[in-house]
Formats: sequence, structure tokens, C-alpha cells
Amino acid sequence: MDQKIKDLIDGKISDSEICLFMKGTPDAPQCGFSMAVSNMLKILEVDFKGINVLEDQSLRDGIKEFSDWPTIPQLYIKKKFMGGCDIVKEMYENGQLQKVLEDQQIKFKK
Amino acid sequence: MAMDLKEIEALIKEALPDAVVEIQDLAGDGNHYSATVTSAKFSGKSTIEQHKMVYNSLKGKMGNELHALAIKTKE
Repeated sequence: MDQKIKDLIDGKISDSEICLFMKGTPDAPQCGFSMAVSNMLKILEVDFKGINVLEDQSLRDGIKEFSDWPTIPQLYIKKKFMGGCDIVKEMYENGQLQKVLEDQQIKFKK
Repeated sequence: MAMDLKEIEALIKEALPDAVVEIQDLAGDGNHYSATVTSAKFSGKSTIEQHKMVYNSLKGKMGNELHALAIKTKE
């Protein structure tokens, strides 16, 4: 993939412990799946960075290739790809997401 | 852009012949589906890998012809 985009994504997931590549912003999500993940993170009161892929077509295409994952949203925690909406929802419901946050020593509301 | 439920099921079964596939058309618009896929081929794989296997079976249609497919995988 394009090195410039790869560097851009690398930079974003390095700059923020929790990065959510999404359609729209956490305050104004533009897709139900992006909203769902954003809301789970809000409920957990974790500090996360929402990155709106709709603002940049090359980022929107690039993140799919970067993660080898065809859909948005995509959640990264400490540079590790966690999954899309279905997986994050499952992890949230069975407590795995909270465990990851705890293991990574990221503050959240218990 | 829409996809038929049977077409989705056929593609998944082509890639995972042993799979039991249950698909629901969530909104009745041929564009928002949920699929529960049960296959022995998921054994020993992470959830991310399992979902990728389902996405791969759809041969690039996911995110294009097919807007939304919620996936649940079971071994």
C-alpha cells in the first residue's frame, strides 16, 4: 500500500492509545455501526480518538488494506487491531474488552 | 446496490462447505443482513480470523455491493 498512508495510519495509532476509525465523529456518527462502537467507548468512559474516514478517501481505503478488514468502524487499542463492530460488541458484552483495557492499564469506568 | 440472501449464503458455503449459515435480512431492503456462521473450520482461530474467513468468502463484495453484514461465528 501507499507508504504515505501507511505512515499516516501508523502515526495515528501511535499517537492515541485508543483509536476508532469511524464514519463521522464520536459526537456526530454517520453510520449506526460507528455509533455503536463509539457509544460503548463512551459508556466505558475511556479516552479515545475518533478518526473520521469520510474526510479522507485515501484514509478510508487505506485503513481497510492496513488492517486487512473490509469494513468501518475499526478499533485499535495500543496499536493492536481489535476488530469491527460485531467483535467489539461481543467483547464488550462478555467482558473481554474491559479485560483488554485493564491489561493495558487504560483507565475506564468499571 | 443490493445482494440477495441466497447469494450470500451460497458464497459462504462455497468457501466453508461444512458451514451452517443463518442469514436474516434486518431491514428488508436487501442491504442490511446479519449472518450466523457455524463451521468446524473456525476451530483454533481467533474471532478476527474467523470473521476474515467469512469476509473473504464474499470475494470483495463486503463494503461494496453489500453494505452491512453483521457476523457472528461459532465453532
